[in-house]
Amino acid sequence: MGQTVVQKILAKASGREKVEVGEIVEPKVSLAMSHENGALVINQFNEIFNGTGKTAKVWDSDRIALIFDHRVPAESSKTATNQMKIRQFVKAQGIKKFHDMRGDEMGVCHQILPEYGYVRPGYVVCGTDSHTTSHGALGAFSFGIGATEMASVWTLGTALNVPVPPTIKVVVTGKLPKYVEPKDLILYLIGKISAEGANFKVIEFHGDTIKNMPTSGRLTICNMAVEAGATSGIVPGDSETVRFLREEANVTDEIDLVEPDSDAVYDSIVEIDASKLSPQIACPHTVDNVKPIDELLGMHVDQVVIGSCTNGRLDNLKTAAEIMSGKKVARGTRMLVFPASGKIYREALKQGYLLTLMEAGALIANPGCGPCLGVHQGALGDGEKALSTTNRNFKGRMGNPNSEVYLCSPATAAASALTGVVTDPRKETK
Amino acid sequence: MSKVIYKLGEDISTDIIYPGRFMATVLPSETPQFAFMDLKDLNKMLVNKEVPKGSIIVADKNFGCGSSREQAVSTLKGHEVVIIAKNFARIFTQNSVNLGLQLVICPKIEANVGDELEVSDNKVINKTTGKTFEVIPNHPAQQAIIDAGGLIPYTRQRLMAKS
Repeated sequence: MGQTVVQKILAKASGREKVEVGEIVEPKVSLAMSHENGALVINQFNEIFNGTGKTAKVWDSDRIALIFDHRVPAESSKTATNQMKIRQFVKAQGIKKFHDMRGDEMGVCHQILPEYGYVRPGYVVCGTDSHTTSHGALGAFSFGIGATEMASVWTLGTALNVPVPPTIKVVVTGKLPKYVEPKDLILYLIGKISAEGANFKVIEFHGDTIKNMPTSGRLTICNMAVEAGATSGIVPGDSETVRFLREEANVTDEIDLVEPDSDAVYDSIVEIDASKLSPQIACPHTVDNVKPIDELLGMHVDQVVIGSCTNGRLDNLKTAAEIMSGKKVARGTRMLVFPASGKIYREALKQGYLLTLMEAGALIANPGCGPCLGVHQGALGDGEKALSTTNRNFKGRMGNPNSEVYLCSPATAAASALTGVVTDPRKETK
Repeated sequence: MSKVIYKLGEDISTDIIYPGRFMATVLPSETPQFAFMDLKDLNKMLVNKEVPKGSIIVADKNFGCGSSREQAVSTLKGHEVVIIAKNFARIFTQNSVNLGLQLVICPKIEANVGDELEVSDNKVINKTTGKTFEVIPNHPAQQAIIDAGGLIPYTRQRLMAKS
């Protein structure tokens, strides 16, 4: 019986020939990532060593990444102190994959990992962030864990007691129409299978639409796999993965691609015709409350957000700039843009995208998670509505339980910012 | 036997359990004050200790969906409540096992506020209605961590066994 990609990755990382779905393995971890919640991981890590007589030393300082993104620059003294504590730990443990607040190196963790070539096909990646599913875009088995579990990984270098997950195969065929984006595809899928449709399972993406999709779009769809409950989303590594790692992440060493067996056994198969998709919007307050844009046209929005680990990449900013060039953000609506990394910010400056967006009236903020999780910037007022390219619309998500968040693609966000109401990007730009 | 103090619906996210705006607070000794902060009545009940330890919150499917934030577990653990739901999201489940928060997976649970429930490893008996509901037991791998007293002592044992 054949193996899925994740079965193959877990077998190799556990020193096994094959693994069966449901059995328990303890895979070696290739990369362990944390952001500001690394402060809690440090507490738990020290607690593990407490009373053992051993020095608290991480298992492999080259396999740990720490990235500031959730609250940059710090919004409070509490955060600043947590960040300071992480800096001290990084120095003491000799951790080099550390991204502090610097215009040249900073960014959202799920952009930094691919951008710096920290993730490779076949890797086992875990992160103290649910959107760690993103890195399946590079053919890795990548999943979110809690702070205590991360402390255990820092100590032992393995993920303990991982049940081999069943895999849902999603086959996407056909060309996405102009201004219908990978974000629309993943929202459609989540609406179709529900917020718990892939709970404890992996989503493996296939089909010519995925083959032809750049890594940027693959990151978007794998990022949001968790919104269907998935342990990980994964696109088996292919020529695009190699191109991205060589050309955009400057990786020079060997790259091993892991493909599923042709007779791999799947939990279920979902087929989607991308050519028939329209722009999609996830309505409050669950990500699976997805509707085609037609049902929301004309609804007023107070705040438009483009950014985050889902949609703050260079091609997203390019799309927005293309739609907004020479036009203005509607009065009564504010538009916030958060490039996902310093590299993207600089490149968008060079290409003129940021100038176009600023001249249109958008506010460009520094790279980081921004208003996505309501801890830092861009909170909503009572009764306000946001239209956002981020990944969650839970009640209270953007800092106020008495507000509403609608999720959409960068093209829909840009077209709607110009009118102040939900607008179909396919029509706006004709 | 314990009483149901609150009933919640489907897809209760970690943003409902522990809103993101309190995430700079990480210590388990400090997180309980923010439990269900946007459900004022429930927060008040817990923070003012109006209900006894072991009180039950009943929810529908996909409880704990969303973020990996461990505060969502430590905040509930701090109040020593028991959560019964039709099912739980993966990361929340593992965090609960790791920190010792008791979750009861009960796919057909029917209970209302005020009902008295008797919870055991394999069933929940609603003493008020007389109905019995099957419980899905913990995975053996999770039980091993629970039996060790949580992931910190479990990892410590493994660390000591290594050398």
